[in-house]
Amino acid sequence: MASKVTSAVMRKGLRVLGVAIRAEKAVFTAAVLASALYGVMTVASAWALGWATEHVVLASFRQGGVGGGALALGATLIVGVSVLKAFGVAGRRYFAGVMQYRMQAASRRGVTRQYLRLPLAWHHRHPTGQLLSNASSDAEAAWAPLAPLPMAVGVVVMLVTAAVSMVLTDPVLALVGFLIFPAIAVLNLVYQRRLSPLATRAQQLRAEVSEIAHESFDGALVVKTLGREDEETARFRARAGELRDANVAVGRVRGLFDPLLEALPTLGVLAVLLIGSMRLESGAVTPGTLVEVAYLFTLLSWPIRALGWVLAELPRAVVGYERVQAVLSATGSMAHGHAELRGEAPARLEIRGLRYAYGDAEVLHGVDLTVEPGRTVALVGPTGSGKSTLAQTFVRLVDPAEGAVLIDGTDLREAARGEVSAAVALVPQQTFLFDDTVRGNVTLGLPVTDEEVREALRLAQADGFVGALPDGLDTRLGERGASLSGGQRQRLALARALVRHPRLLVLDDATSSVDPQVEAKILYGLRDAARASTVVVVAYRMATIALADEVVYLEHGRVVDRGPHEELIGRCEGYRNLVTAYEREEAEREALDEAGTGTPGAATGAVTEETEEEEVRA
Amino acid sequence: MSSLQGTERSALATVRHGLSLTPEFRKGLAGTLALAVVATVGKVIVPIAVQQTIDRGLKGSVPDVPYIRSAVLLCAVAVVLTALCAYLMNVRLYRVTEASLATLRVRGFRHVHDLSVLTQNSERRGALVSRVTGDVDQISTFMQWGGLMIIISMGQLLVATVLMAVYSWQLTLLVWACFLPLMIVLPRFQRWLSGAYTLVRERAGDMLAAVSESVVGAAVIRAHASEARTAERLDAAIDASRAAQTRAQRIVATVFPVTEIVAAATVAGVVLLGVRLGVSGEMTAGSLVAFLFLITLFVSPLQTATEVLSDAQNAVAGWRRVLGVLDTPPDVADPGPDGVELPRGPISVAFEDVSFSYPGGPPVLSDVSVEIPPRSRIAVVGETGSGKTTFAKLLTRLMDPVSGRVTVDGEDLRRIRFSSLRERIVMVPQDGFLFDGTLADNIRFGRPPATDEEITLALTELGLADWLEGLPAGLATPVGQRGESLSSGERQLVALARAYLADPDLLLLDEATSAVDPATEVRLARALEGVTRGRTAVSIAHRLSTAEAADEVLVFDRGRIVQRGPHAELVRQGGVYADLHASWVAAARS
Ligand SMILES: Nc1ncnc2c1ncn2[C@@H]1O[C@H](COP(=O)(O)OP(=O)(O)O)[C@@H](O)[C@H]1O
Ligand SMILES: Nc1ncnc2c1ncn2[C@@H]1O[C@H](COP(=O)(O)OP(=O)(O)O)[C@@H](O)[C@H]1O
Ligand SMILES: [Mg+2]
Ligand SMILES: [Mg+2]
Repeated sequence: MASKVTSAVMRKGLRVLGVAIRAEKAVFTAAVLASALYGVMTVASAWALGWATEHVVLASFRQGGVGGGALALGATLIVGVSVLKAFGVAGRRYFAGVMQYRMQAASRRGVTRQYLRLPLAWHHRHPTGQLLSNASSDAEAAWAPLAPLPMAVGVVVMLVTAAVSMVLTDPVLALVGFLIFPAIAVLNLVYQRRLSPLATRAQQLRAEVSEIAHESFDGALVVKTLGREDEETARFRARAGELRDANVAVGRVRGLFDPLLEALPTLGVLAVLLIGSMRLESGAVTPGTLVEVAYLFTLLSWPIRALGWVLAELPRAVVGYERVQAVLSATGSMAHGHAELRGEAPARLEIRGLRYAYGDAEVLHGVDLTVEPGRTVALVGPTGSGKSTLAQTFVRLVDPAEGAVLIDGTDLREAARGEVSAAVALVPQQTFLFDDTVRGNVTLGLPVTDEEVREALRLAQADGFVGALPDGLDTRLGERGASLSGGQRQRLALARALVRHPRLLVLDDATSSVDPQVEAKILYGLRDAARASTVVVVAYRMATIALADEVVYLEHGRVVDRGPHEELIGRCEGYRNLVTAYEREEAEREALDEAGTGTPGAATGAVTEETEEEEVRA
Repeated sequence: MSSLQGTERSALATVRHGLSLTPEFRKGLAGTLALAVVATVGKVIVPIAVQQTIDRGLKGSVPDVPYIRSAVLLCAVAVVLTALCAYLMNVRLYRVTEASLATLRVRGFRHVHDLSVLTQNSERRGALVSRVTGDVDQISTFMQWGGLMIIISMGQLLVATVLMAVYSWQLTLLVWACFLPLMIVLPRFQRWLSGAYTLVRERAGDMLAAVSESVVGAAVIRAHASEARTAERLDAAIDASRAAQTRAQRIVATVFPVTEIVAAATVAGVVLLGVRLGVSGEMTAGSLVAFLFLITLFVSPLQTATEVLSDAQNAVAGWRRVLGVLDTPPDVADPGPDGVELPRGPISVAFEDVSFSYPGGPPVLSDVSVEIPPRSRIAVVGETGSGKTTFAKLLTRLMDPVSGRVTVDGEDLRRIRFSSLRERIVMVPQDGFLFDGTLADNIRFGRPPATDEEITLALTELGLADWLEGLPAGLATPVGQRGESLSSGERQLVALARAYLADPDLLLLDEATSAVDPATEVRLARALEGVTRGRTAVSIAHRLSTAEAADEVLVFDRGRIVQRGPHAELVRQGGVYADLHASWVAAARS
């Protein structure tokens, strides 16, 4: 059973190698030729040394001197062979590297291209960490066997050459080789089979340790504010301890097999000497032959392991390749049509029977909605009611499971690539800034002038603080814009949308970290500038809602009611409760203050044991 | 940018300091080294055996087979013994190094958490992570292979030289003369190579950062159709990484064969000179051939030298980076056992002439003095960028003031033990970071021993029972990485519940409910008000409903407190707050 599984893995692994060879035929051929040269020359170097021993060293000792010609020939042979071998080695290494790195880069390009192409819904299903490792360690593992592959091919050539040359020189000594070398190969295979699962586990744990560190450092503020350093350290220590044990397990296997693999060829040489001396006695071989075979043994003992390296890397490569392939072959990539959405006039937005689910959990249950051109609609609803999800469908970040989103009567799915984002701009609830300059963050590659960038910053009320930055528009913001305050980041994100002059502007609670005064300025500015836009704004504040011609009230993924604010507030209880929460609270407080009683907290009836305890303590 | 300690130490001092931090490593080191010496000696056996065989075999007309047989047997026994020693040495080495490096890793990790937020933010996340992962791995590679190889190689060079000298001092001189230039240029090659590999690592880091941005920022990229630009940036990063790898490989590919050619030239030279010596009777044929075998013994350490040297250099660099973390004193240090323990109970806070500026930046807070009496409810308001979050970070001692001091119950914040401080003062930061786990895991982070019942109770007290019921898996709902599977408002609810469960005496909310709907926010505020009576509460919010309910309002403007007092009074006064409030009223009322 187990061997069946591994042979399946080996077959798959060989297929992976085949893919690489087909993709990089020329480079692979160069690497293999160089490696073959190396293989032949390795055997030749033993032969050259043997020849020099026989015809130069021993001859001169026997005859008390040897001609200059033989000397020169011996020296030239030794050096010449090694120069050729050196070229072989250099070529093999270089071309093997080129091939490996090209394949890695190609996988990385393909994978990241998919990340950009696949719909956001696909991203929702895959954790960030996994996507990162697909592009980094998996792409690396998939092509790792390419590094020793040409060498392994060269080694095969070397072994064949060596076998032929040994048989030709002395069949009996060759027999020793035929026993020893397969033994080395088998031992190495056993070694790699034992090592490979342990190494994979260690690799896996290494990734997990790194993930914990990453997450923990990412949440450092939370760890600090709650004083959870000890718990976090314990969590890290536990995984680091597992990694330690896994590494020690790897070390045990290495520690056992490495010395064995080293001892085996040495024993082979000793056997050659023993048997060789007997053959010498019977005159069947010359001392030169003996030297040649012994030398060949020392030379071959190391490269022969390359076969094992390739085999050892294969299981990991198969896993890496399959993971990369899973991304590359992921479907559900968004299909695009040919319709155009560009234009100057405000867009008309229509939502028909829209449903959307994250996995199995449906969060939008059939939403219908129309926004006439130039109108401003406020999307209001409790936390988690699906506003952000709905907003994402307007820019086609996700496609509805059922129903449709239409701009000017065109289903977004029929629009040509790039059309939707040219017509619609979303300012998401969660700001994301790139490690780039202010300008780069606003334009995101859109060819606009600095004047337009400044105008957008002005509208977003961001010109003030950007002007105060050391390098103005050229200031780099650092990872995720860490040196800006929350409200400053939000205003840059707003400018990013405004600079695009969208026909439909979608603001998803885009001013939550901005103070009321600045918010008012932004909103007034928008009202003037947004003449050319239809606006959908997710909002809680009255000022924002007041800007809207109409309100759509959402609850649990359904549109409960819609209409002008004044009407809704009269007839829709949920809406009334939501938007008048502050007023009611104030009114209540004032009433209580006048009555001279305690705080309104008591009025909620949420007094629990704990609060009573607090009261006692207080 | 990084404000972590850059170590100026020499390589040797770095290693020594590094070793002093991992005392486990030195335990039993002598035994391991002794085993290593035996293992090295084993490598000399083959050349000696060859020499003996050939010498004996070639001396007379017939080889001395019984002698050869016993010599070979002896050698075989020695080979087996050496292998055994090598095995024992390896196992010891792996156990000890892995144990000591795991300790180093954990210490580094802990120390990163002990550093202040400012120091943490001065370094790219990925780089900080690699200081406890990849950098430590580099040290371990060296300890398990390179370090030993240096010892073995030195030993091998020494043994080979001695043996060669026994056969012929002239030839030994020749060998050294051939290899000396190589030994001189090898370190240069190696420096060249390690420069190339540094570049490889940097490019790989850039590439990962680019990939990470493209994944984390996927929504923004898509929403603004900047796929093409992102693809360009990614391709550039991927290609730069590939180019750096190829360049390093080219250097490796050229360096190694040079040794090979020098070795061959040496062999040729030895043959030529050896024959001459042999003819003049100074050398036997057997010793000349044996000498040739000894050259392989001499060459192999040099062939691995570049690798061993880069390995060593990587290890030193890794050590430097790990020590860079450990040597950076926590600028906001825990006074530890010497510090003061605060008794539980209502907390008062005072800022005395506190000023603050971020490193290299303009002043963000100037001469802030304020007293927050126990049991009071304080609201902090002001424009974005006016220094509110900075104020909060000073109050919770995430940073220390540049001048002035912050006191709690009359005690300087810097003298209070962290264990006590973090238990009594808890802040809910602006963005509610969640860990990848379930809802319960995240809330329990506030108080690890809490049971599910207590968590449910806490949520109920906060008026979030309905919300909890609406979740597909209740407390077991997975929140995703960084809490991505929840809506932004829900994330804030979890963060708030987490702090609430921690049950502090002073709760500081920094725009902690900015993404939550008004009804829920008001409900939360009331619930908190109910339970925070008897505690001190500070909340930073743009929704002035909080300010209206507070005992006192602090108004920040460009790093100063420009107004303070109860809401009603401030509104009467006119000024910054009155303006803010007017906008708020306009914004919040129909
Ligand atoms: N990536 C996601 N994976 C799974 N569930 C999600 C994800 N994003 C949001 N949800 C869930 O979908 C519901 C609606 O979320 P959202 O549209 O963000 O709400 P709103 O913006 O109205 O606060 C919430 O219950 C939330 O938990
Ligand atoms: N880590 C930082 N490094 C440098 N400057 C910062 C950093 N954090 C905040 N700032 C700057 O300090 C000022 C005050 O920021 P902050 O206290 O976050 O404001 P608020 O919370 O009132 O919006 C801002 O101008 C901001 O750009
Ligand atoms: Mg939302
Ligand atoms: Mg702030």
